[in-house]
Amino acid sequence: MIISVASGKGGTGKTTVAVNLALSLGKCRFLDCDVEEPNAHLFLKPAITETVPVTVPVPSTDQDRCTHCGICQTVCNFHAIAVVPATEERPGKFLHFPELCHGCGACGLLCPEKAIAYDKRVIGWVDAGRAQEISFAHGRLQVGEVMSPPLIKKVRSYADSGEVVIIDAPPGTSCPMIASTKGSDFCILVTEPTPFGLNDLKLAVEVVRKSNIPFGVIINRSDIGDGRVENYCRAEAIPVLLSIPFDRKIAEWYSQGIPLVENKSDYQRKFRGLIRDIKKETEAFK
Amino acid sequence: MKQITVISGKGGTGKTALSASFAALAENKVTVDCDVDAANLHLLLQPDIRQKREFKGGMKARTDPNRCSRCGLCRDVCKFEAVSEDFRIDLTDCEGCGLCVRVCPEKAIEMIEIVSGEWFVSETRYGPFVHAKLGVAEGNSGKLVAVIREAAREMAEKQNREFVIIDGPPGIGCPVIASLSGADLAVVVTEPTLSGIHDMKRVLSLACHFGIPAGIVVNKYDLNSENTGAIESFSKEHGLEVIGRIPFSPEVSRAIVQGVPPVEFCRDGVRTEIISIWEKLQRSLRS
Repeated sequence: MIISVASGKGGTGKTTVAVNLALSLGKCRFLDCDVEEPNAHLFLKPAITETVPVTVPVPSTDQDRCTHCGICQTVCNFHAIAVVPATEERPGKFLHFPELCHGCGACGLLCPEKAIAYDKRVIGWVDAGRAQEISFAHGRLQVGEVMSPPLIKKVRSYADSGEVVIIDAPPGTSCPMIASTKGSDFCILVTEPTPFGLNDLKLAVEVVRKSNIPFGVIINRSDIGDGRVENYCRAEAIPVLLSIPFDRKIAEWYSQGIPLVENKSDYQRKFRGLIRDIKKETEAFK
Repeated sequence: MKQITVISGKGGTGKTALSASFAALAENKVTVDCDVDAANLHLLLQPDIRQKREFKGGMKARTDPNRCSRCGLCRDVCKFEAVSEDFRIDLTDCEGCGLCVRVCPEKAIEMIEIVSGEWFVSETRYGPFVHAKLGVAEGNSGKLVAVIREAAREMAEKQNREFVIIDGPPGIGCPVIASLSGADLAVVVTEPTLSGIHDMKRVLSLACHFGIPAGIVVNKYDLNSENTGAIESFSKEHGLEVIGRIPFSPEVSRAIVQGVPPVEFCRDGVRTEIISIWEKLQRSLRS
């Protein structure tokens, strides 16, 4: 079973929920798909045993074969290639702009001279290891790199059927969040009871509904705002799986990288109960 | 005209609360919300929308099932795993490279233009405001950010505005880079938590990568004084300045519930500290 933890708004408590859920389960697999800003390792403190670079293909030409015909430039929908034809004064030139390249492979496949080969460019790394009974993996996007989905897909490939997989997703509602939550059996949306939380929860709900994933809501710092998030969930028949009231002590532990369940055993019970509720919701959805 | 981008790496550190407060304090500016996939600034600025534009995010492939001979060539060549087993193209996975269109022997695939969001030019009591709404589950947020930043920049030049205030998205990826590129200053909002510090370091190296000077604001600094100290010594070591320390206050959530920039609502240390941050920023951008 794959459970992803997401939210439209950042900083609502995705990592807190994902980490404490994993620790309450004991044995599971944890995938931190927030490759731009991975944080779960700060709480789970896994021993990393494997680091794998993740690459995207980058085209280059064989100067002997390339006739500078310009077909590669024409077929590149991302404008990542420019070809300067040869003149009497100077030889032709093949220019590639890696920051625009999506690695689709059109240039290589459609080159009539078979002059294009692909090198690899590292966009980030997957670190994998263990934290007690939890097998752990996260992605680290190279700073300055724009394309996170290929790295997220690589982290997702560490999911193993037959065990509970917990995915910590990045904030937002666009490609990185979708690549992280796709194919989940259940999605937990973490929010806070403020107009920001509500606005972004509605967007996230639209995404998971569109992806046809059953979901429920956790309201974090449930007493800091107003009742509009709860009213919305009631009106939309969305289950509120858990409410976590604001507690300065919890915030201080968080600041030090100490998971909540290590100090508050009642939360361990609540998170275990959560798994039972999620199983029920998933069954009902089927 | 100077452009200031508010970023954080980690989400929920207070970017929008601070951006809205800057919008309330700055006299002659255009404000932009570049967090296009979870925009919130409009909830504090209460815009009156004057212009609405479609955002065409790009092209995507679509198969005509009547012409498709189910040969599977499109599936073989697609690097994005966007073609399903029954040869339908998933619009969220399709990146629009068009390779399938070019290889299809039946000419059964065509590229269609996708409207993937809309953007707005609005009036607010704090002056002009440019914002957007990316369609749910759409990609290309970086491109939409670039579009609205350009619109804001043009407007600021035409109207002789002194500042463009940009509320950035979380993370360090595509939309963050689009929010940051070409800015005069990055304000990095962090919090004294291990996650806040970890993410701040990554977003600072991003700003540095693009050669953009950065100032640091520690929000809720009194939540963990040891970590605040660590942020301060990190800044010193790297020649950066902590330009503000905002205390933790439940008043900030109340301001957000009321839909008002915290600097106008809060009557405590939050208010005085944000005013002092803005004055520092203004001085350093004018000199």
